[in-house]
Amino acid sequence: MYQYDQYDQAMVDARVAEFRDQVERRLAGDITEDQFKPLRLKNGLYLQLHAYMLRVAIPYGTLSSRQMRMLGDIADKYDRGYGHFTTRQNIQYNWIKLQEAPDLLADLASVEMHAIQTSGNCIRNTTADQFAGAAADELVDPRPYAELLRQWSTFHPEFDYLPRKFKIAIIGSETDRAAMKLHDIGIQLVKNDAGEIGCRFYVGGGMGRTPMIAPVIGDFVPPLQMISYLEACLRVYNRHGRRDNKYKARIKILVHEIGADEYRRQVEEEFAHILTLGLEPPPAELERIKGFFADPAFDPAAPDELDLSDPDFALWVDQNIHAHKKPGYAIVNISLKPVGGIPGDATSDQIRLMADLAKDYSFDELRVTHAQNIVLPHVRKADLYTIWQKLEEAGLANANLDLIGDIIACPGLDYCSLANARSIPVAQKISERFGDLGRQRELGELKLKISGCINACGHHHAGHIGILGVDRKGVENYQLLLGGCEGADTSLGQITGPGFNEDGIVDAVEKVTEVYLAQRAPGERFVDTFRRIGMTPFKEAIYAKETANG
Amino acid sequence: MVEQTLRFRDDEPVGDPAVTVDAFADQSNATAVRIEPGDDARALLPHLDRIALVEVNFPAYTDGRGYSAARILREHGYTGELRAVGDVLVDQLSHMRRCGFDSFAPEQPISAEAAARAFTTWPEVYQKTVDGRPAIWAKRHPA
Repeated sequence: MYQYDQYDQAMVDARVAEFRDQVERRLAGDITEDQFKPLRLKNGLYLQLHAYMLRVAIPYGTLSSRQMRMLGDIADKYDRGYGHFTTRQNIQYNWIKLQEAPDLLADLASVEMHAIQTSGNCIRNTTADQFAGAAADELVDPRPYAELLRQWSTFHPEFDYLPRKFKIAIIGSETDRAAMKLHDIGIQLVKNDAGEIGCRFYVGGGMGRTPMIAPVIGDFVPPLQMISYLEACLRVYNRHGRRDNKYKARIKILVHEIGADEYRRQVEEEFAHILTLGLEPPPAELERIKGFFADPAFDPAAPDELDLSDPDFALWVDQNIHAHKKPGYAIVNISLKPVGGIPGDATSDQIRLMADLAKDYSFDELRVTHAQNIVLPHVRKADLYTIWQKLEEAGLANANLDLIGDIIACPGLDYCSLANARSIPVAQKISERFGDLGRQRELGELKLKISGCINACGHHHAGHIGILGVDRKGVENYQLLLGGCEGADTSLGQITGPGFNEDGIVDAVEKVTEVYLAQRAPGERFVDTFRRIGMTPFKEAIYAKETANG
Repeated sequence: MVEQTLRFRDDEPVGDPAVTVDAFADQSNATAVRIEPGDDARALLPHLDRIALVEVNFPAYTDGRGYSAARILREHGYTGELRAVGDVLVDQLSHMRRCGFDSFAPEQPISAEAAARAFTTWPEVYQKTVDGRPAIWAKRHPA
């Protein structure tokens, strides 16, 4: 894992000192809430419906056990004993007191963490493949590039007041586990026929009220020009992105309105100029960073066999374990989606337990996924049974990864001041309706995603089944979308028709799954069946009039 | 209205009034020009040798186009005064300086002490820009 040197530490320490000063000025009444707002937002501190919410950055979703333990301790010390892992691989605390926020940031800084740029119209925390450095299908480890990006984007002086927020994701596998094409910029590290690494730039994707899949803008940018290319992409956006309407201000609208070809032409022109300026960190810097991401000391003799005689354990292994690049090792997915639970929430005890497991069994490493789960990336297969038992005791052995119970949901109207409708109760009801694991497994891979407003933090556009909460004349109403998908075959969900109330949407989801079960061909996932048979059969089922008997 | 300019240059301030980018193209004697957010700073590049002052207007601090305008001018060799005017707040001074601004005429006055503190907020910088400060990567790998 990357470790700060004195320069990195000085930057986060300076940030804590600056924010402490700003909070003191606010509490003393020297600055108004209006003046304070942009300052606190730069530190990820939002004023929500009931309290301040602090969003902590987890760069590219990677944590050490020491950092994870601190996240648990912070939940006890400053919050109500739990935290919420988000779709951007971050963690949010919902009950923060303003006067304590500087101490919280100081605690974070003591373990090389911060809340820098987790809000505001700037470059946000970079996300990445949660299986980086561990996946069997990986071509290039994206983490060193993500760290280079983290440093470049931190306090970037030109791009702190962009037209709108800016999210970058980076992957190095053929399989896209980071929804990369639905970001402002998605970077895929690829190799050409000569075995050289290149960055494929997808620019102008996004969700929100106008979902778009990003087109390729740069096909093969040399990695040692990645920063310069980013400067060019961002400068064109900063200069020409729309600022007249915040709903049209994301880069996807610019790329869409002028067209990918014209945007590419402008980027290339800017890129040619920027290359003359020598802005790129030297190759030695990339090498230095790569040194932190060398493989841990895997045991070449780690046994590859697994005793699956315990049927519950066997189920969990089948559902939640992913192939590791090394024989004898496995990637463990810890689902934060218990039946009836709040997606992404974990108690302080659960967070500390996961930290301990990482320390004892996963070379001290954890990852947060955009599906709001936790990963232990490097586990000996021989240790899986012990880990499963400990997770089981802590209520963390939910064997539902990528099943209908593994719901993504935003905080919704229970917490968020932007929301139009609650997300959490809908997630809980669906999770309970499909509580039986056998039933979930019968349905197979089925990604259900819920947003409580059009901003789409719950990624409803990319759900095989998506749910969007809206406000209809003061009443919460839920629209149903089908056929969304992230990854290599990214597609956007289509709205079925009129929305439903809270119980109605749960019934509608159930009817949709019944159509799937009746219509699926062997081996077909839900989304494949939808693509084959189209919307009509689903619509007929969910909007059928109850036929009167007699 | 109190006219206040925080200036970080040794030469004499330019007395000429700044003209718009459009007007500047027609006035071969003008030495001061004012860029609005929607103007293309590159339109000035052919004339840099006769410009002594560029004012970049920030009607609202949230409109960050002026940062790119400033950097573009400096990257192309502009050495005259580069002044941020308008809704310029103490919390933006440090980034503006990094993008090449060397004078500031904020609508709401900023004390010299507050400005000085703003410029010392960041002990280090991660990016190479046009202000000559070595990026952290350069310090890690001295040539």
